[in-house]
Amino acid sequence: MLKFLTPLFLFIILAVFLGIGLKLNPKEIPSPLIGKPVPEFNLPILHMPEKKLSASSLKGRVWLLNVWASWCVSCRAEHPILNQLAKKNVVTIIGLNYKDEPENAKRWLSMLGNPYNASIVDQEGRTGIDFGVYGVPETFIIDKQGIIRHKHTGPITEDDIEESILPVIFELEKKVIQ
Amino acid sequence: MKSFEFIEKESVIDHCTRFLFIVLFLTLMLLLSPCNAGVEYHEFKQPEQEKQYKTLINELRCLVCQNQTIADSNADLAKDLRQQVYEMLLQGKTRKEIVDYMLARYGDFVLYRPPLKGKTMLLWAGPVIFLFSGFLMLFFYIRKRKVNEPSELNQQQHEKISQLLEQDKE
Repeated sequence: MLKFLTPLFLFIILAVFLGIGLKLNPKEIPSPLIGKPVPEFNLPILHMPEKKLSASSLKGRVWLLNVWASWCVSCRAEHPILNQLAKKNVVTIIGLNYKDEPENAKRWLSMLGNPYNASIVDQEGRTGIDFGVYGVPETFIIDKQGIIRHKHTGPITEDDIEESILPVIFELEKKVIQ
Repeated sequence: MKSFEFIEKESVIDHCTRFLFIVLFLTLMLLLSPCNAGVEYHEFKQPEQEKQYKTLINELRCLVCQNQTIADSNADLAKDLRQQVYEMLLQGKTRKEIVDYMLARYGDFVLYRPPLKGKTMLLWAGPVIFLFSGFLMLFFYIRKRKVNEPSELNQQQHEKISQLLEQDKE
């Protein structure tokens, strides 16, 4: 009896492992930045290049950093969702314009709408490296103390907004700085 | 006779064109090769630094094309990370400092050789466990087979053998 059951058990174990493997998304790498302070940056603003925006100046509010570029196809898919989120007016949305030409970026925003309170320009991708960006779009949620609380890799969908983005924002908004 | 010569000439041409085709094919293969990774020219003051640079870029994973090191990959990010490693080496940063820098941003995944910790235990111990269980199975299999081996010949069979041998002698 055992002789017949052993292969069956082995098969079940293998099937379970392969099944789990199928459901995992190898593109989603856990970010070591969650729970860590947001990397410092001081970058020119896309529409006001003479002015700069730093991470520390955003302390005291919950904000969302969305890494985008005009050359990024998935960003185009994500864009209407961000526009909707901006309309809700629940969070400060900062765009990190990653390795892009400012002219192309501005044209892209004027064509598709601008959900960002401000976009900062990271033409060389240095700040991108600090945020561990490896694929655009990526979205980070930062709390009032300047700690990264959530990361979303890839385009945000409507479901993501309802299931993770908004709940995290509301949770963080509730917390008052001690 | 003439026709024979003609045939020979044709086969020479045939060889030539075939050779040309092979050369052309190989050249195209080279051009199409996906592995012509971006190689930038980096100047180092010390040969040690260059050596360190080469080992480092061969140990860091490109996160865009996950089965390549940043040395192999010609993704944009790999290029940036190579540049980052180069600049940090020039600044006199040690190997550990550079690895820690990458770890802080991209996590353990950036290392081709994952660190030994609780989470990666199975990864490291897995091969040993599999090898050991393989040996265990083999051991039991061999032991079982020995038990099942036919027992020694009985009296009757012995007689038959000696009978046959006797017959052979005659």
